[in-house]
Amino acid sequence: MTSPAVRMSGSRRAHGRGSEAKRYGSHLFAHIVLVLGGFAMALPFLWQIIMSLSSNAEVTSVPPTFFPRELRFDNYLAVFDVMPFFSQLGVSIWITVIRVVVQIILCTFAGYAFARMRFRGRGLMLALVLAILMVPSQVYLLSQYQIVQNLGLLDTVAGIVAPGLFSAFGTFLMRQFFLGLPVELEEAARLDGANPFQIFWKIMLPLTGPAVSALAILVVLFSWNELLWPLVVSTRSDAAPLSVGLAALAGVPTVNYPVLMAASVLTMAPILILFIILQRRVIEGLAFTGIK
Amino acid sequence: MTLSLRTVRTPVVSTPDRRRSAGPARTDGWWPWAFVAPLFLGVCVFYLWPILQTVYFSFTKFGVFGGQTWIGAANWARLVQDPDFYRAILNTLIYSAIVLLGIPVAVFLASLINRPGLRFASLYRVLFFLPYIAMPVAISLVWRMMFNGDFGIINYALSLVGIDGPHWLSTPGLALISVSLVGFWGSFGLAILILGAGLKNIPVELYEAAELDGATPWRRFRSVTVPLLSPSVFFVTIITIIGSFQLFDALYAMLGPNNPVMPATQSLVFYFYENGFIRNDKGFAAAIALAILVIIGIVTVIQFRLQKRWVNYD
Repeated sequence: MTSPAVRMSGSRRAHGRGSEAKRYGSHLFAHIVLVLGGFAMALPFLWQIIMSLSSNAEVTSVPPTFFPRELRFDNYLAVFDVMPFFSQLGVSIWITVIRVVVQIILCTFAGYAFARMRFRGRGLMLALVLAILMVPSQVYLLSQYQIVQNLGLLDTVAGIVAPGLFSAFGTFLMRQFFLGLPVELEEAARLDGANPFQIFWKIMLPLTGPAVSALAILVVLFSWNELLWPLVVSTRSDAAPLSVGLAALAGVPTVNYPVLMAASVLTMAPILILFIILQRRVIEGLAFTGIK
Repeated sequence: MTLSLRTVRTPVVSTPDRRRSAGPARTDGWWPWAFVAPLFLGVCVFYLWPILQTVYFSFTKFGVFGGQTWIGAANWARLVQDPDFYRAILNTLIYSAIVLLGIPVAVFLASLINRPGLRFASLYRVLFFLPYIAMPVAISLVWRMMFNGDFGIINYALSLVGIDGPHWLSTPGLALISVSLVGFWGSFGLAILILGAGLKNIPVELYEAAELDGATPWRRFRSVTVPLLSPSVFFVTIITIIGSFQLFDALYAMLGPNNPVMPATQSLVFYFYENGFIRNDKGFAAAIALAILVIIGIVTVIQFRLQKRWVNYD
């Protein structure tokens, strides 16, 4: 099953512009609505950047200062004095990279086995894994915290990533993907005497691109943005990821608003830049996971 | 698309495995175990065992220096008598309801974005997607500034039309509305994506036939788009509610954990966090966690019951 976003432009456009113009009239109304809506979406981001370049007096002035008298880029430098930005950036990058790599490996193997291999207990194990999808994370969070604490992993990257290495959702996603591939590919390889690992490695793995990139996108978003779990297992600010660091910074009364806004820009920027570069892939990938 | 809607309609576990019957009988030896074991062991340690443990925790009290004492159903008795619990349920429901109001808007926006031949459609899609990509903590801090009662631009905008704006984030009630509006603002990207995919699956012929019968654009929308899109709308409704029930980050960042309005404004997840990790009453928090599971279960069952009235699968 290809992602619907890929198929989008085909069918209707084929009917020709003439009849479309008649059916839909002018697009002017659509553009007006979408421009207004799009502006409402972008406004907080624009306002954030403006505030991050203003002085504290300008940010708190009434009426608001829409264009700061001078652009204060030193607010961005001040971020590094008020929070251990680079340690936290390092933690965020580490937890994201480790989760993406490990989850993809584990979910691809397990998803393949659940989709295509035969073994006793498959149905039961799959049911147990999928049952987790219906349980809100609070239900296992307390116990995960205890495990991480007992292992002495509080305030470590290992402690933050540990539960997120194993994903029921990723397994389900990969299983669904493998179910959709034709069996004939494997049968031919099997007749040639390939063992299950060779079939998986040489035949199936090269086909997993769309599913793996979709999973990677979701894991990156989740991992970078997540607050509750890292908040709970990080007590030292230099061992926390950016999401926790930023939330803590908001509670420090001596930090002025423009610096806080600069910090929030810097925290979001890596993911937003990645999104804008890869926008097509991200949207298609999310369509792939949301719609499958 | 059809696959996902099936998944929503029938329990995931019973999805028929169509490939099973294909091919001759064979055994894969111990390979499957090697493939599944790393994931399954992790799932057992970090998810399945913790679920059982949480059930146990909910009947215990945590000692200051570790260890648990069995206290029977005391946590549960306390939970059902705690007005904060019901307040948190109500707040979560209010938040969900306001975010759900975004779905009709998303249907409208999706139908505009997916008009054939519309220019800049992918730009619009990216714009509506920005809130979904942005870190909730970071963007909530921006909204916190915008909702500021003294110098926020929202009150400035209201003052232009002669309204003296309130102190949004320090007034009980209004604080929840503010957080909900941010949830509403962020809800369009994914909904437009899913609904857009649903719109593309509606055959053009139906619109052409309706047009030949003289149906107005509104009538075509009402009688063709709405019923044929209802499975996608249902899917969006389910994921929106599940997401809304996890409200935490925006609340934490917009109000701050020590805000005096928090008790009146907190969501179920914040209530869980506060008891488990600020007051360190983990046994009680375990009961809250299980209550959240039960409430989500009830809401989902109601959803599936109600869908028969309005979701059209033909």
